Amino acid sequence: MGKAFKYGDNVDTDVIIPARYLVTSDPEELAVHCMEDIDKNFAGDVRPGDIIVAGKNFGCGSSREHAPLAIKGAKVACVIAPTFARIFYRNSFNTGMPILESEEAAAKIDAGDEVEVDFATGLIRNITKSEVYQAEPFPPFISKLIESGGLAEYVKAQNGGGQ
Amino acid sequence: MSMTMTQKILAAHAGLKNVKAGQFIETDLDIVLANDITGPPAVREFARMGVENVFDINKVVLVPDHFTPNKDVKSAEQCKMLREFASRQSIENYFEVGEMGIEHALLPEKGLVTAGDVVIGADSHTCTYGALGAFATGIGSTDMAAGMATGKAWFKTPSAIKFNLTGKPRKWVSGKDVILHIIGMIGVDGALYKSMEFMGSGLEWLSMDDRFTMANMAIEAGAKNGIFIVDDKTREYMRAHKNKNKAFSKRMRVFTPDKDAHYDQSFEIDLSKIRPTVSFPHLPDNTRVIDNVGDVRIDQVVIGSCTNGRISDMEIAAKILKGRKVAGGVRCIIFPGTQAILLECIKQGYAEIFIKAGAVLSTPTCGPCLGGHMGILAAGERAVSTTNRNFVGRMGHVDSEVYLASPAVAAASAVRGYIANPEEF
Repeated sequence: MGKAFKYGDNVDTDVIIPARYLVTSDPEELAVHCMEDIDKNFAGDVRPGDIIVAGKNFGCGSSREHAPLAIKGAKVACVIAPTFARIFYRNSFNTGMPILESEEAAAKIDAGDEVEVDFATGLIRNITKSEVYQAEPFPPFISKLIESGGLAEYVKAQNGGGQ
Repeated sequence: MSMTMTQKILAAHAGLKNVKAGQFIETDLDIVLANDITGPPAVREFARMGVENVFDINKVVLVPDHFTPNKDVKSAEQCKMLREFASRQSIENYFEVGEMGIEHALLPEKGLVTAGDVVIGADSHTCTYGALGAFATGIGSTDMAAGMATGKAWFKTPSAIKFNLTGKPRKWVSGKDVILHIIGMIGVDGALYKSMEFMGSGLEWLSMDDRFTMANMAIEAGAKNGIFIVDDKTREYMRAHKNKNKAFSKRMRVFTPDKDAHYDQSFEIDLSKIRPTVSFPHLPDNTRVIDNVGDVRIDQVVIGSCTNGRISDMEIAAKILKGRKVAGGVRCIIFPGTQAILLECIKQGYAEIFIKAGAVLSTPTCGPCLGGHMGILAAGERAVSTTNRNFVGRMGHVDSEVYLASPAVAAASAVRGYIANPEEF
């Protein structure tokens, strides 16, 4: 369970982690500057297990994997949005940063709401408002990637366990 | 079953007769690309995958172009990591500073991408190569690592939007104005997860450089890829930029969409009606035609990048700057996309025109476009830039502003000191 941070449409990778900090790809170093160009308090206020709720096309822009890594480094449990930009979508699964697509949750969760997410069922529980939202289920291929533990593990398994 | 151009390329690389939108497939890769920012995490992920060697030393391309020439110690360390990996793996196509160019200007110039290819690149503007009739898309570092390890990538087969181009663009209107117009029309997520397929009689009036610019910015509409029908201009370009390595020289395959291919949407674009177009802060879809920009005073002009750093972009800038001066109080930074383009600028006399006008001419680098180095903005400053993104803080301080435009508008604005119409020149 965690507190929701709420942002608008088209949150881009340049505000998730500005390019001036791309001299490292260490998640914890990146987390210090996560979201700072749209919310300079985020990095200081965020607590492990908190969630980010945003509008459509979250993560648009650059292919930098540093964006989901920065959010992961901030120990955010999940990002919820109606839609994600496609490279960010892939990168999130590949780096093990959980994301869920739900138009209803994105609209109804307000900043500061206490929210609980069940990834197995896709159920998003808003404790503050006593509401439950159902996220879009993952396509079977994506579920298989998640079960394998991400793309690196999936490739490793396909190559015979890295022998 | 009918297919779009993109679907046909994907099917051929997946070893399938047919694919349909939404279908998950695994395809062979012709090129796997990374740069000095996305490469180092890919190198680390590659090591985790338990694979010793890259799938093909000819087909992995590494270009240190973002923070190079190294802007600080940390950037130098990232480049060193990439360089050492390239050397260890005997990567054929690693381009060191001196022969390096901005990746999406460099790969077509070197003949590393041909029509019908499937290309993934750990850089969102990898979609540029769609201008050559290839399927090219941006991915992240982990996908890049998997591509290096296996020579394959997974995709969800995209549906598509068709853009039928007709008419001849007016003087000073280029591919940049066309793509900004389109992004303004459909929005920054207007083509989310989809292909943008460009065709029609208007192609005749769009140079390869115009097409590279347009395909380059497909990502700014959220697209998975942008792709152009192959015509005589494409063939001529590929003949002139043939790679001597046998791995590339015989690969070209021309695919065309089926006549009854399904498109989610179709747009008719009359190029003769497009006006010079500017994207206002802070999203590329926030467009206005030049007639409606109002009085926007500027501090900096940037001409170059993977979007507009090609020779015809330099030529347009030179035409406007010739015999004129950059306005007082304005910094004009020009950075050609590759060493070959820079050399051509010198040969054609553009370099002298730029320098006499009071502009600076830079070595190829992505630097200023993403607020890396070589032209960062201070608080409250405004830039007109031929780059591709005007997000909050993109080129520097969070309170700075970027206005996206064509090289013609940018050069005209440099002379005037405010956003200006090149038609007045």
